[in-house]
Amino acid sequence: MLAFVVRRALEAVLVMLVVALIAFALFRFVGDPINQMVGLETSFEERQQLRQALGLNDSVLIQFVRFVWHALRFDFGISYQFKRPVIELIGERFPATIELAVVSALFSLLLGIPMGVYTALNRQSWLSKLFLAISLIGISLPTFLIGILLIFVFAVSFQVLPSFGRGEVVRLGFWSTGLLTGSGLKAIILPAVTLGLFQMTLIMRLVRSEMLEVLRTDYIKFARARGLSNRAIHFGHALKNTLVPVITIAGLQIGSIIAFAIITETVFQWPGMGLMFLQAVQNADIPIMSTYLLLVSGIFVTINLVVDLLYVSVDPRIRIDRRVA
Amino acid sequence: MVEQFQSLPAPQRGGFAAALDSDLLHAFLRSKITVAAALITVVLVLAAILAPWIAPHDPFDLRQLNLLDSHLPPAWLADGDPRYLLGTDDQGRDVLSTILYGSRISLSVGVLSVGLAAAVGIVLGLIAGYAGGFLDALIMRIADVQLTFPAILIALLIDGTVRALFGAQRNETLEFWVLVLSIGMSFWVQYARTVRGSTMVEKSKDYVLAAQLIGIHPATILFRHVLPNVIGPVLVIATINLALAIITEATLSFLGVGLPPTQPSLGTLIRIGNNFLFAGEWWIAIFPGITLALLVVAINLLGDWLRDALNPRLQ
Repeated sequence: MLAFVVRRALEAVLVMLVVALIAFALFRFVGDPINQMVGLETSFEERQQLRQALGLNDSVLIQFVRFVWHALRFDFGISYQFKRPVIELIGERFPATIELAVVSALFSLLLGIPMGVYTALNRQSWLSKLFLAISLIGISLPTFLIGILLIFVFAVSFQVLPSFGRGEVVRLGFWSTGLLTGSGLKAIILPAVTLGLFQMTLIMRLVRSEMLEVLRTDYIKFARARGLSNRAIHFGHALKNTLVPVITIAGLQIGSIIAFAIITETVFQWPGMGLMFLQAVQNADIPIMSTYLLLVSGIFVTINLVVDLLYVSVDPRIRIDRRVA
Repeated sequence: MVEQFQSLPAPQRGGFAAALDSDLLHAFLRSKITVAAALITVVLVLAAILAPWIAPHDPFDLRQLNLLDSHLPPAWLADGDPRYLLGTDDQGRDVLSTILYGSRISLSVGVLSVGLAAAVGIVLGLIAGYAGGFLDALIMRIADVQLTFPAILIALLIDGTVRALFGAQRNETLEFWVLVLSIGMSFWVQYARTVRGSTMVEKSKDYVLAAQLIGIHPATILFRHVLPNVIGPVLVIATINLALAIITEATLSFLGVGLPPTQPSLGTLIRIGNNFLFAGEWWIAIFPGITLALLVVAINLLGDWLRDALNPRLQ
């Protein structure tokens, strides 16, 4: 077990180093950092001085080590567009993205699990077929199209929900939240539904197929033979055993929620990290791009690691499988 | 037995096959739906290929454009103009014609990037599976790392990097190929994994051993003898990936990092129309949106049908 933990942790560190190398290469070799920082009137000597001061004349290896060292202390350089430290910009945008991701993850879990259970238990009912039809739409349509359709229906036609921005925000220390004001709560509905729809369909399908499988097993038959109520069998025995894979997948999906937030945030002009990353891509603002890359991969790698370790500690069968393999 | 087998790899079964179960009634329904999907795909693809001949107007011919004709609603609404069946956009371009030309561009980006992804994936997969050892470990580790990130993020990063590298000297042709490159390079992993798996199985078979014995060059063995035996699953992945590639292209273009308004794909058209949604001019965005949705759903359904028909063991 300990060997497994250590090996997985080392792998995670290695992945982060590779990502850091890519981020560094972007920063160092794509475009000239000096040209991006100074104006046209700067003389050649001043440029050379700046180059020396920033350590751009050192060997590439030393520069990379310095880059990693700075990154570990959350120093990611200065944005070309905004002329401000990237970490400050990220800090301002971070709460918006996290709130959006958490609300849409909750939405997808709270709707996806009951819908999955219902469609598994009542396979022939028309409501199940409706749910499955919705899930087909959720999986096939691109996120931005769903967002536009929701805006068209709820913001343009019926004018009940706002179509852009976060509404009023309240500051709690360094964290700004939109979840405490009425307009903030209204503003988060459409983006969260857009972002969570794909995850919801995924979870619904997963719960449904896992339930169908579990309901066929012997211990469910035995529970029925013992005369337990349907309710106790379905929720006490069956659902409980489907939740391990569901939690794994849901955990892994948090990463893609953050990545897909780029699209949702653009459609709804949500002032989060994704929107900032997209503007950075459009304006070739390399420091923001490489920082976002590092941050998102940090989140991804951590989640993957935690999910892997949790999975192994929760489900003993996997440990045995690994040993055999 | 059959039923049990089909219910096994549940999380991987995406698309329609999982939505409708294996009951006979559903199978029948599905085949009808497959026929409909095939029809829609053929019609849309033909319309896209024949766009220069069947489009009522040429949206790229500036002489035909008239700003007085801009913002017209579809022909069946009040103020509609019978010359423009689905209305016009802000530059007076016929929406129907821009959709026809747009699907042409969307489909070309889709097909080319899937081709690139398949080519890269097949070559790397063959090498990894056949050579084994260090090369195998290296290629598969890269694949694992890339798989950690969603394709859209990788495509955005490649796009942003190329944008920064070329700076001001970008033009329409370059944008097109940058898009193909970014999407293609974000989808190769799946091909590499599948091909590697089947290559490892084929490697130990007698015909490969025989070829090795008579001294045929490894490259010839791989491409002439092994490749035809591992290509089946690749075709299925390619079909399903085509829908994904079209979605990715549309998303990138919608986000403003894809094709420019002078060379609009379906995504660009939706982006343009999105600006006029609030003014009540829904047709500029909604019709390209419907076309995109139809195209993607139809291709997805075909891919699922192909997967069931060929029944290769995917992953």
